[in-house]
Amino acid sequence: MENKKASNYIQELGALIALALLVLVIGIISPEFRTVGNFLSLLRQSSINGFIAFGMTCVILTGGIDLSVGSVLALTTAFCADFISKGMPVGLAMLLALLIGTAFGTISGILVTKGRLQPFIATLITMTVYRGLTMIFMDGKPISNLGDSFFLKVVGKGNFFGIPIPVILFLIIFAAFFFILEKTTFGRRIYATGSNWKSAKLAGVNIDLTKIAVYAISGCMAALSGLILLSRLSSAQPNLGEGYELDAIAAVALGGTSMNGGRGRIWKTFVGVLIK
Amino acid sequence: MKIEMRGIDKAFGGNAVLKNAGFVLDGGEIHALMGENGAGKSTLMKILTGVYTKDAGTVIVDGQEVCYKSPQEAEQAGIVFIHQELNILFDLTVEENMFLGKEIHGMFGICDKKAMRKEVKKVLDRLGVKIDPGQAMNELSVGQQQMIEIAKALMVDAKVIIMDEPTAALTQSETTVLFQVVNSLRKKGVSIVYISHRMEEIFELCDRITILRDGSYIGTKKIKETDMNDVVKMMIGREIGERYPARNAKIGDTIFEVKDLTCPGVFQDVSFEVHAGEVLGVSGLMGAGRTEIMQAIFGNMPHVSGEIRLEGKKIINRNPQEAMKNGIGFITEDRKVEGLMLEESIQKNISIANLGKISSHGVIQKGKEEELVKRGIEELHIRCFGPWHECTNLSGGNQQKVVFAKWIYTDPKVLILDEPTRGVDIGAKKEIYQIINNLAEKGVAIIMVSSELPEVLGMSDRVMVVREGFVRGFLGKEDADQESVMILATGGEI
Repeated sequence: MENKKASNYIQELGALIALALLVLVIGIISPEFRTVGNFLSLLRQSSINGFIAFGMTCVILTGGIDLSVGSVLALTTAFCADFISKGMPVGLAMLLALLIGTAFGTISGILVTKGRLQPFIATLITMTVYRGLTMIFMDGKPISNLGDSFFLKVVGKGNFFGIPIPVILFLIIFAAFFFILEKTTFGRRIYATGSNWKSAKLAGVNIDLTKIAVYAISGCMAALSGLILLSRLSSAQPNLGEGYELDAIAAVALGGTSMNGGRGRIWKTFVGVLIK
Repeated sequence: MKIEMRGIDKAFGGNAVLKNAGFVLDGGEIHALMGENGAGKSTLMKILTGVYTKDAGTVIVDGQEVCYKSPQEAEQAGIVFIHQELNILFDLTVEENMFLGKEIHGMFGICDKKAMRKEVKKVLDRLGVKIDPGQAMNELSVGQQQMIEIAKALMVDAKVIIMDEPTAALTQSETTVLFQVVNSLRKKGVSIVYISHRMEEIFELCDRITILRDGSYIGTKKIKETDMNDVVKMMIGREIGERYPARNAKIGDTIFEVKDLTCPGVFQDVSFEVHAGEVLGVSGLMGAGRTEIMQAIFGNMPHVSGEIRLEGKKIINRNPQEAMKNGIGFITEDRKVEGLMLEESIQKNISIANLGKISSHGVIQKGKEEELVKRGIEELHIRCFGPWHECTNLSGGNQQKVVFAKWIYTDPKVLILDEPTRGVDIGAKKEIYQIINNLAEKGVAIIMVSSELPEVLGMSDRVMVVREGFVRGFLGKEDADQESVMILATGGEI
């Protein structure tokens, strides 16, 4: 019995141990790696994938998958850049972009639930359609006349007491996801949906609504990630975010979340993101 | 083939599961192995067939001491174990399943389909069942799948077949066919070890019975020389008293009415009423539409027309959420598929149906949740290590108690039970009957669907009999007996 428990712990904490070893080994080999500045910049780089991976965790916990995140990211940044270049206040444009991303995610969710499509197929469709729309909308060309807004730059490049803003956002969003998944009834419903949807449905869980909500969240997170990129690059590109879905899925899987749904922890995804 | 197992001990990590267990199987007999869940029946059989190795004791087959190291070795010796969870690849065809791992192949390893089909047909004919060998397994009924498992055993020329709860998922008519097959096997000299909780079946089918309790051998009796009370006493080591505890409920007004509920082709014009504090038993053959009617009432299946009234008010249940809001609870027939999240803790399973109760503004109140779950575990005597105990590792009876706990605290006015004691051992059964009684005494109207006739008769105030989607009649407690119910269920008139 005791041995079994020990091996369980190793399984539980496997990703964390891997991360610790990784940091330790690289830290010993490379003196530059050991600096605070380097860690912060690593965190900042991770945050782009991190937001998407958090949303993806929720989707995967319900037993689904969201391939459309890269395309949602591209299309929402395109809209946002377009709004800004036409003179809309940056804050408003960003807020709109987040809402649009949420709406795009909702569409995937509706295809999965009401359309009864396999999540893989449904989001493959939205992935292709959103990417196509981005190409058409931008006419294949980047949008870069974004003006000189301070706010736009701050989101991706700014620091707060020496800590990059994206890192701060990353930690806040992580805390929010942790709270939702661990402490709220909505979180319980997400796990229940993935664990045994028949049983959950009979216990009064609205399965369809729960699923639509997680795709909406995933869309919103993709849009947020896009905004950070937009700020850092000062331009929107039609091929932005290509392949990001795989990075996010990889981070979730590295964290040990079951692809069948129902099992996994958000902090493990956090670790998974850092390993990547 | 004669098998003697004597003085078998087995422990898992310091936990003694078998202590001096054993039994003697003669050639050409059907030998029942009985005991409560955890008595060691399956473990003993797994030791015989080489799944586990024994710590002590002897196994003698036809006068020679043996020790099979794997199920394959036992199979070669002619001993086959048909597990309760059938060993089937559902997407493959019947013949592919039967020849899995022992395909007949010709040159270059190419499968000789013709030869295999011939062989399959031969075996199926011998069993007297008509199944197309090219059919996919998942298109067969559970009864047919079971037949394929038996056919597999015959293909390797089994002399001893061990069946673990073979009738748990079978319909009445499938059970009859199974019994015929088992009887004809006995005539051909094949011995059967028959593990089951269903006392009636054992008394109908078996020649001898061996009882295990807490991992030890208790005794062997000839079926003809014993009776059910005797067997129960040996199983639990004490008198259980009444199998169905007395209920002290006052039957009140009608609180639940169903009128002309119809779903064409499934059930038709179903009307009945239940009083507060009453237990309405629902009987009928499998496939009569009982489960479908209940699922429709709970909003988990559609119905086309009809009306449902609770306390005089018309209610509409388009989905389970609405049904729950309206005060209906539903304990489904298959706890593993629909009742529980097996890989989750007791706590999470109880909570999921009571989220409103343990949260405020969508945030779960840890204290309230722990209190609710603790109450459930204590009130229902769920035997576990704690609220975090995973449901997979609970016995059938305790799993079922978790399902009850889930529903009781939603405070239903009407509670529908579909096969509430399936796969539950005799001690836990009585505890569940007690839970049902307590609910009825609190004034809950209870609808209990069950395929176990003695249970329906023992627990119900009235019995409703369903046949082919129609309600065939109601029997009061005084008029209901095995015969009258079966006559209605099979289409006769009283």
